[in-house]
Amino acid sequence: MTAVHTRTASALDVTKIRADFPLLARTVRDGKPLVYLDSGATSQRPRQVLDAERAFLEQHNAAVHRGAHQLAEEATDAYESARARIAAFVGADPAELVFTKNATEGINLVAYAMSNAALVDGDAEQFRLAPGDEIVITEMEHHANLVPWQELCRRTGATLKWFGVTDGGRLDLDTDPITPLTKIVAFTHQSNVLGTVNPVAELVRRAREVGALTLLDACQSVPHSPVDFHALGVDFAVFSGHKMLGPSGVGVLYGRSELLEAMPPFLTGGSMIELVHMETSSYAPPPQRFEAGVPMTSQAVGLAAAVDYLTEIGMDQVAAHEAELTRAAIDALDAVDGVTIIGPTDVVDRGGAVSFVVDGVHAHDVGQVLDDRGIAVRVGHHCAWPLHRRFGLAATVRASFHVYNTLDEVNALVDGVRAAQEFFGETR
Amino acid sequence: MQLEQMYQEIILDHYRRPHRQGLREPFDAETFHVNPTCGDEVKLRVKLSGAGPDAVVEDVSYDALGCSISQAATSMLTDLVVGRTVAESFTTLEAFQAMAQGRGQVEPDEDVLGDAVAFAGVARYPARVKCALLGWMAFKDAVARVTDSAAQTNGVKR
Repeated sequence: MTAVHTRTASALDVTKIRADFPLLARTVRDGKPLVYLDSGATSQRPRQVLDAERAFLEQHNAAVHRGAHQLAEEATDAYESARARIAAFVGADPAELVFTKNATEGINLVAYAMSNAALVDGDAEQFRLAPGDEIVITEMEHHANLVPWQELCRRTGATLKWFGVTDGGRLDLDTDPITPLTKIVAFTHQSNVLGTVNPVAELVRRAREVGALTLLDACQSVPHSPVDFHALGVDFAVFSGHKMLGPSGVGVLYGRSELLEAMPPFLTGGSMIELVHMETSSYAPPPQRFEAGVPMTSQAVGLAAAVDYLTEIGMDQVAAHEAELTRAAIDALDAVDGVTIIGPTDVVDRGGAVSFVVDGVHAHDVGQVLDDRGIAVRVGHHCAWPLHRRFGLAATVRASFHVYNTLDEVNALVDGVRAAQEFFGETR
Repeated sequence: MQLEQMYQEIILDHYRRPHRQGLREPFDAETFHVNPTCGDEVKLRVKLSGAGPDAVVEDVSYDALGCSISQAATSMLTDLVVGRTVAESFTTLEAFQAMAQGRGQVEPDEDVLGDAVAFAGVARYPARVKCALLGWMAFKDAVARVTDSAAQTNGVKR
């Protein structure tokens, strides 16, 4: 790694941080240093995470919550310790945290639990949906927080409604579709395309006013800034391990205790039961009720190691560093003729996803030129097709950051965009 | 430089000045294909004369939204199939598809592919293969619709 890749004005020692990420030292496309600006899709993992997974597998691996031998005890302790550390990281109690495959599964878990609520009596009333009921989302949702609700509407006869998005890329609160018929309001904390951070407190207030539940898609916020679910007051929240320096194959569903207590299961089978007879079964209390089968274990341990790693740096520091990169990227891209940023250009209530289009050069082609220079960005609709359609676009280029990125990498991005303009211009 | 191997000058020419662009009448079938990973799309029409494999491609017209590779491939497709028989154009199509999906291991036959050999570089980028094939698949589908509906009209069982 060369010094030119580590210049930054924030308090972080990015050189030291980068040394923890073996992958960042590799070259791509015929020896070019990798400039990884696609952490919004998946982040890279530090040695500490890889080592924690390996140490678990080499020393403690066993199926958790079953078996009475020593390894089973150790594995269960490691798994539950991971749950407790991750819970503390997001301002939740351990029993409020359910491990899922990823955030998408967490959202589907809630959606399917809501349709399963029709099959059970009692406490599940608040999750039940009927024709005439409404589900509210926003136009800036990732497909993961859109399609499961479309499907839930299809299964229950409920109606899907949504908040619009302003031309500037903010949630349009004037388009509020919340009514007394609204049963759940599901929205992203931070847009994976626009970078926009939504006004959670205000949305929670509006949802509560009509007795609706709230679900927060925190995939793009938890990895990048301090997040406290209790303080935010949301009923449910989801995030994925692989976007926060942790492993893939593990995600988290947070649910307020009394809600998880009352909610029927989604997946059923081993581990999630209390009593099983041939005719019928009863279910374990949460979180086990929602973790059917042998769960991912080394991944949970790895995610806890990622949480420890981020905590040691400090999430305020992480957020400040990314804000600096975001400010620099917006300013520099905005200054290039023919480049339009899709999303807020002020960094207030805005995270580090910077999406843009280049006049006359398709996003795929921009991405190809960047890739040729070793720069990895995301091109396309980033799983937010309706949002792109709202801006009259099929595809954008997205640069997204994490704690290991530098101002020099931002400069490399901007140089690459200019090179793409030159390459596809008439003058060549 | 890798980039220039992929974006050959002839590809950029077709991208900047596409041939036979726009939707025209008359046509026998229209198809709409999208690339779900990037949102690129093409609406494509074909006009044939005659029937069966010897039918001649009279016109291919299209309205496309997409990257330089998908736009240029669709533009070049029209050069390669208009005025030729369905059988001939499908031979080219199969050769093009084999080249595009060949990950650089398939030696393109210039006699069959003509100018389309310029797309050989695309095969080295798996993420871009769908871009190159978007228009071609829309064409294949459109021709199949014409021949299928002709077969049905003639009472021929498929």
